[in-house]
Amino acid sequence: MSAISYKIIELVCVLGIVSGIRLMNSPKTARTGNLLGAACMLIAIITIMISDEIFSLNILRISLVLGAVIGCLLAVYVTMTRIPQLVALLNGSGGAASAIVAFVVLTDSSAAISGIAKFTGAIALVVGSVTFGGSLVAVAKLDGKISPLPVVLRGHFILNLLTLIGTVILIPLVTISSSNAATMLSVLLIVISLIFGILFSIRVGGADMPIAISLLNSLSGIAAATVGLATSNLLVVAVGAIVGSAGIVLTQIMCRAMNSRILDVLTGKTALSTATQMALSSVGQDSSPQTSRSTPTAENISAVLNKATAIIGAAKKIIIVPGYGMALAQAQVQVKQLLAILEAKGKQVKFAIHPVAGRMPGHMNVLLAEVEVPYDKLYPMEAINPEFKETDVALVVGANDVVNPAARTAEGTPIYGMPVLSVDEADYVIICNKDTCPGYAGVNNPLYLPRQNTIVLLGDAAETLSILLEKL
Amino acid sequence: MNDWVSLVLFFIAATVGYRLISDVPSLLHTPLMSGMNALSGVTVSGALIATAFAVGTGSQFFGAVAIVLATINVVGGFLVTDRMLKMFKQGRL
Repeated sequence: MSAISYKIIELVCVLGIVSGIRLMNSPKTARTGNLLGAACMLIAIITIMISDEIFSLNILRISLVLGAVIGCLLAVYVTMTRIPQLVALLNGSGGAASAIVAFVVLTDSSAAISGIAKFTGAIALVVGSVTFGGSLVAVAKLDGKISPLPVVLRGHFILNLLTLIGTVILIPLVTISSSNAATMLSVLLIVISLIFGILFSIRVGGADMPIAISLLNSLSGIAAATVGLATSNLLVVAVGAIVGSAGIVLTQIMCRAMNSRILDVLTGKTALSTATQMALSSVGQDSSPQTSRSTPTAENISAVLNKATAIIGAAKKIIIVPGYGMALAQAQVQVKQLLAILEAKGKQVKFAIHPVAGRMPGHMNVLLAEVEVPYDKLYPMEAINPEFKETDVALVVGANDVVNPAARTAEGTPIYGMPVLSVDEADYVIICNKDTCPGYAGVNNPLYLPRQNTIVLLGDAAETLSILLEKL
Repeated sequence: MNDWVSLVLFFIAATVGYRLISDVPSLLHTPLMSGMNALSGVTVSGALIATAFAVGTGSQFFGAVAIVLATINVVGGFLVTDRMLKMFKQGRL
């Protein structure tokens, strides 16, 4: 076959991948879309190996098989609770792969590439390394290996500025240097970019994690696209660019959902200084009477549970609000059982999903789908918020920041201005949370203050719901 | 010439991608992201060529590492996306 026909096959593959993404606009067709994308990717890889006559090289075959086996294991064994970690990890490995390809292209003596190609290669090196460094920190934060609180180093801004200046100077140097010098400079560029990525990610607070993951997702695509530009590989350019803009769309949606600007997240403006945070928590304590902190007795707890049961039993319309605490307690199963019981009693039950509930966009939907909650009962925030007014009970399971009414009033906190689910408008609010500590964003929740129509059921959400299920 | 074609393609693909992704409901944002993980592994095609034609042993080694990492993305990404999408079911059938 001629070179042209190979190009045509590649183009068809790109179109196939594009149609696949188009099919993702509905849960009915999404699976077909994903399979179409996978098939096109497979064909594209085989086509490239045949057209460049490199199919028989053992080093390629072994590497492909090794990668495929590791990929399979990751995909099969990951739990749905830990999907954010997996996505962050894959953001990182995608970025690293692109950076390494750029490094090989820039430094190997076989490559005689144009100035523009060297320039885009250097950019791929930077973007890929930033993505890798940033993603590793994100994985560690999501997995609880390091604290989710934003870390602001002494002179964080200066350090950032220095790495940025270093990058800007090194990119043209790599572009014009000869092979030997290019290796040294490229290594330096990688190190600086890794530091930049790490500096970016450690300053992102837990509540901003969905934004950070979306942004890193986008960067991994841009890294790939720039590798494509450096190697004149049209397939990589096109697909990388699509991934890049997908990540940007999600980043925008996340920013809108949290009312924070991407620049604020990047420059760490949303990261609270310790001083303000302490001031805020003391304000929270002042306004909460000591009585609410009294240790609950066994009688006390069972009385509260009975009250909650009675309220749920009398309710006609119930909205369940899941948060990441549900995933931590693995309470999805109990939530599903609750849904079944309540519906059997003729009650109307809906789920309210905040865009940033959980640690990444759409995480709650996946967790609920796993326990076979039908997706037509899951409502996004804009659709469900007007309904809380005529709702009898809002049942919060492991959610905190996304239902925190302080977002409307507490100026200067990270969640101020963030649209929240208006659970406080429902006749009753029942909260099943582990404790009354502030959520991931570190802001106290006024819902925990004693109110007539709020019942707080402290403890493991799975256990609490099991008891409720028995009583109902 | 080729560089300009690539650059134009980059902007077309980015624009088309932007339009398409905006239509994906928030319900499917997690599988969308893992799907994008798979697609970002497209860099494997660059890795394959770079490794195959690399002269230095070091370059070949690094190239092989890049192939492994990118393939993890492609295979892991598509598989986990499928695993998730399989779970989404409608209530009234």
